[in-house]
Amino acid sequence: MLELKGVDVYYGKLYILKGINVSVKKGEIVTIIGANGAGKTTTLRTISGLVHPRGGSIYYNGKEITRESSNNIVKMGISHCPEGRQLFPYMTVRENLLLGAYLRNDTNAIKEDMEWVYSIFPILAERQKQIAGTLSGGEQEMLAIGRALMSRPKLLMLDEPSLGLAPIVVDKIFDVIKELNGKGVTILLVEQNANMALEIAHRGYVMETGKISLQGSARELFEDEAVKRAYLGG
Amino acid sequence: MSFLSIGYILQQVANGFILGSIYSLVAIGFSMIFSIIGLINFSHGDILMLGAFSALAFITALHGPIWVVFGMVGVVGFLIGIAIERVAFRPIRSAPQVTGFITSLAISSLIENFGILVLTAQPRSFNIPDYLNGLLNVGAVSFRVIDAIIVALSTTIVISLYMYTKYTRMGMAMRATAQNIDASRLMGINVNRVIMIAFAIGSSLAAIAGLMWGAKFGQISPLMGFLPGLKAFVAAVIGGIRDIRGAVLGGYVLGFSEVLFVGLLPPDMSGYRDAFVFTLLIVILLIKPEGMLGREEEVIK
Repeated sequence: MLELKGVDVYYGKLYILKGINVSVKKGEIVTIIGANGAGKTTTLRTISGLVHPRGGSIYYNGKEITRESSNNIVKMGISHCPEGRQLFPYMTVRENLLLGAYLRNDTNAIKEDMEWVYSIFPILAERQKQIAGTLSGGEQEMLAIGRALMSRPKLLMLDEPSLGLAPIVVDKIFDVIKELNGKGVTILLVEQNANMALEIAHRGYVMETGKISLQGSARELFEDEAVKRAYLGG
Repeated sequence: MSFLSIGYILQQVANGFILGSIYSLVAIGFSMIFSIIGLINFSHGDILMLGAFSALAFITALHGPIWVVFGMVGVVGFLIGIAIERVAFRPIRSAPQVTGFITSLAISSLIENFGILVLTAQPRSFNIPDYLNGLLNVGAVSFRVIDAIIVALSTTIVISLYMYTKYTRMGMAMRATAQNIDASRLMGINVNRVIMIAFAIGSSLAAIAGLMWGAKFGQISPLMGFLPGLKAFVAAVIGGIRDIRGAVLGGYVLGFSEVLFVGLLPPDMSGYRDAFVFTLLIVILLIKPEGMLGREEEVIK
């Protein structure tokens, strides 16, 4: 479904992604784990067209999207729930969700999807008219995921959904990710919480200083001694 | 003594409304462009000047109804906005903020000097059809037909624009882009288009304000844009620069205070009008650095 081939990304003169290869197959949950600054977020930003690679290429369903603009990429069914939520802080919960459906014209289906998001995260329904910036961290993450779902993505990319959240909220969010995957949404999950990520993922990549240092099934990574030492706390 | 009679004060209030209506329109453009790309556009006042001259040309050439002239001037401003954004600001989009600021000064000086070259620096009288100069009397207050048109048109534009940003798709996209440009891209918003439209609308309003300015003061020149541009910037800042409502409020506060200073100060002090106005700005910003309707985290540094 998604394929990165030898992708090189620079920020100015800084060499950030060094020829990375990542692939995601339809129906999978794939996770990219790694330390802060390894290039995980940049990888997602490159896929969604916020950053363009200097070398290599990206394919989505067989079509090259390397130089596509982000609005076209969203149109193709890739939705990116960014690190740090990146909500529209002065807009209401409802308006944030509506913006998630910005490229759609099917008003009735948008309403249905909004109800669907509210059924996944009932707290958002209660807070419909509240200004997004005043929500708690957990609620903001739910809203960010809800907003990303409003475009009806085929591929959902999540960047550190567990960051700064209470364990109980993290559990809830990971349950939702699994549930979405069960409904046919392909997931690319970037996480520092490697334990949780590998628990729900089918496959994983380990990133270190802009390179993929290791890849394999979630089980293989889970049992890998180096991964255990570096990312699983033991 | 007639100096402080109710009638006199009401007359000043009416004058403040008229001036404030014009400042508001210019200030809205400033604040739209600033809130979306963080650009303080100092060429904004010069678009007002271009609007005023094209209005004069249309009035002289067409002898048509004034609303047609307003419409045409609006279109001229719209196109100028698109052109300036495309040629001057889009190429430096990712450059530091100060680059945009300097570019806008360059554009301003370019437009002004081009104006002087083609039109000479000599002010021209801005003659409007006679019926627009007809006096209307409401109680003790009197004003011209064109003044009423200015206030009514400005109010209509402000309300429609507010509804536009609040309820339409493009309007939502504009507010979203102003709040978080990367997240807007991730929603599939074509940010380049949003920025272009913001420039177009802002410049269109400035051009219309140019027509109003000419009609109100009866004289235009290639350098006329400087002061209203600066004052509209002040209006946007004291109102809270990220919000259309703030720009409008700031525009009216500025218009009223300017007229009241002129009207209530002894005549030999009225030359200090602008000094008083800018002092007021400083006082307001000392009390509320983020502007009257601004949010605390948006203090402009």
